[in-house]
Amino acid sequence: MGLLEIHQLEKGFFTPEGRHQKILDIRSFSMNSGQQLGLRGQSGSGKTTFLHMIAGIIQPDAGQILLDGHPMHALSEARRDQIRASTVGYIFQTFNLLAGFTCLENVHLGMRFGSQQNPERAVSLLEQVGLQDRMHYRPSQLSVGQQQRVAIARALANSPRLVLADEPTGNLDPSLAEEALSLIRTLCTENNAALLLVSHDQGILDQFQPCLDLREINRAGQGGGS
Amino acid sequence: MSLLGMVLRSLRQHLLSTVITSCSIALAGGLILSVWTIKDQANQAFVGVHSGFDAVLGIRSSKLQLVLNAIFHVEASPGNLAWQDYLDIREHPGVSQALPIAVGDNYRGYRLVGTLPDILSQVAYREASTYQIAPGGRWMDPQRREAVLGSFAAQQLGLKVGDTFHPYHGLLFDESKQHAETYVVVGELEPSNSPADRVIWIPLAGLQKMSGHDPKTATDISAVLIKLNQPQAGFRMDMMINKQGDRLTMAWPVDQIMAQLFTKIGWFDKVLTLVAYLVAVVAAGGILAGLYNTMEERRRDIAILRSLGARRRIIFGTVVMESSLIAFFGSILSLVIHTAIFIVAAKMIRQQTGVVLNLWQWHPSLIWTPIGMTLIGTFAGCIPAFKAYRTPVAENLTPLS
Repeated sequence: MGLLEIHQLEKGFFTPEGRHQKILDIRSFSMNSGQQLGLRGQSGSGKTTFLHMIAGIIQPDAGQILLDGHPMHALSEARRDQIRASTVGYIFQTFNLLAGFTCLENVHLGMRFGSQQNPERAVSLLEQVGLQDRMHYRPSQLSVGQQQRVAIARALANSPRLVLADEPTGNLDPSLAEEALSLIRTLCTENNAALLLVSHDQGILDQFQPCLDLREINRAGQGGGS
Repeated sequence: MSLLGMVLRSLRQHLLSTVITSCSIALAGGLILSVWTIKDQANQAFVGVHSGFDAVLGIRSSKLQLVLNAIFHVEASPGNLAWQDYLDIREHPGVSQALPIAVGDNYRGYRLVGTLPDILSQVAYREASTYQIAPGGRWMDPQRREAVLGSFAAQQLGLKVGDTFHPYHGLLFDESKQHAETYVVVGELEPSNSPADRVIWIPLAGLQKMSGHDPKTATDISAVLIKLNQPQAGFRMDMMINKQGDRLTMAWPVDQIMAQLFTKIGWFDKVLTLVAYLVAVVAAGGILAGLYNTMEERRRDIAILRSLGARRRIIFGTVVMESSLIAFFGSILSLVIHTAIFIVAAKMIRQQTGVVLNLWQWHPSLIWTPIGMTLIGTFAGCIPAFKAYRTPVAENLTPLS
């Protein structure tokens, strides 16, 4: 069994007019441990919804999601939270760092709710992303590129089996984007974490083999959701 | 990072709101504590103060006025008794001790009380406690113009043994009403924490015969303080003087008369308590509103924490803990506010009555009020915590692609 197995996954939303609109209808999708996969998706194609369902943040309307053997589609919210805390690392386009906490504390929070509590690992990760001299800075005191590096370190803090990266380079200029992508891939490899990166940036996706297009696996086609 | 650390960080992030809400809790707690402790202590102190006497005999008047005037040395004297009344009551078989007092003069607002000093020195104003003269002083000679000062009066007036002063006519200080007589301070009472501390004791005859007083009343007295042989004597004398007679009043028993006073003014501390409760409710509402409003701006932070694996109950718990800590800090501060209010109130009560309230005396409210205020804060935090609990994650992890 692979790290991630998805079967007959469906998700839809009600439009403001009250009409139910299916935005995801994925017959089959899988990833293996340590695999790095790029997923192309245009804005509004449902790629964030797809990642949220894998992470157990939202539930599918139908279908199965097996993450590291856990049936995420059938588990209680609390159990999904627990699995997310220990199995999934999440990198957001807008970094989603907590403004009131230092870089080090933000990385600590990445492992706070999982089974692993290792303050030394947080320090080590920040050293790996080159922020050893910025550990006690607040996010607002960092450049955009540095903030993204903190977010990358946080995503790996809980030693996840799977890192979900949602447009991780979307807010970075091309040179920083290259650097961030390289960092994410290297750290995932070093930490034996699989990586599912969704983006609409062809330059980023070209670096992934294989690279899937969400439109190819999503029978719902172009949707109006996210 | 521990949950407590996260909560403390959040409190620091919203420092102004934390401080204001904690202060409102502190004010409410301080008021409640002060009302309860001062009320109970004042009640105990006033009811417990009898200066060693069971009853007060005076001219026909209110029993409360007699007690306030003769025991607490406040209020105006209701009128004078003839010396013969003192002699009669002294000979009554139910009376073991009778001490005549006369009032009507002051020195800079501190009341002069004329009495028989030898009896005063034998009175146990509290169990096993008799008035003592501080070292370097002595009791006054009844035949001379000498004075013994209560400790508080001495301290406030700055008089010491050997100093002299001219009394002023009346119970209220009026600089134009100075008597010609000169009194010498010969002693100072050791502090007794009783109304005796704030009066100036002089010989009875000195006050009766002060220049300017009506010579016809030169043997009159203001009241007689009575100690009974046995409680049953009080019933008999009450019947004889109060019910069958119409010229004199015997205020007996002193403690019950004071207890009745507190019953009569009980509505006042009920109002104060009610005000304190209202302040507590408003303060709890402040916590609720303050936290509830910040929940709106913290939706994203909550969603981020949820995305990192924080369960709903952890989010709920952190908000409740935050609210509890605000109330807890306020409760600690309420002890400081209570201390300040108590000190001011105790000073005023001592100045007015001589009764001393003890800040360090234990009262159950000192533990229950902080606990109660913290619990109120905890409950107040449940509503914003529930809002945080229900915060949808996906919608608040902006932006969505």
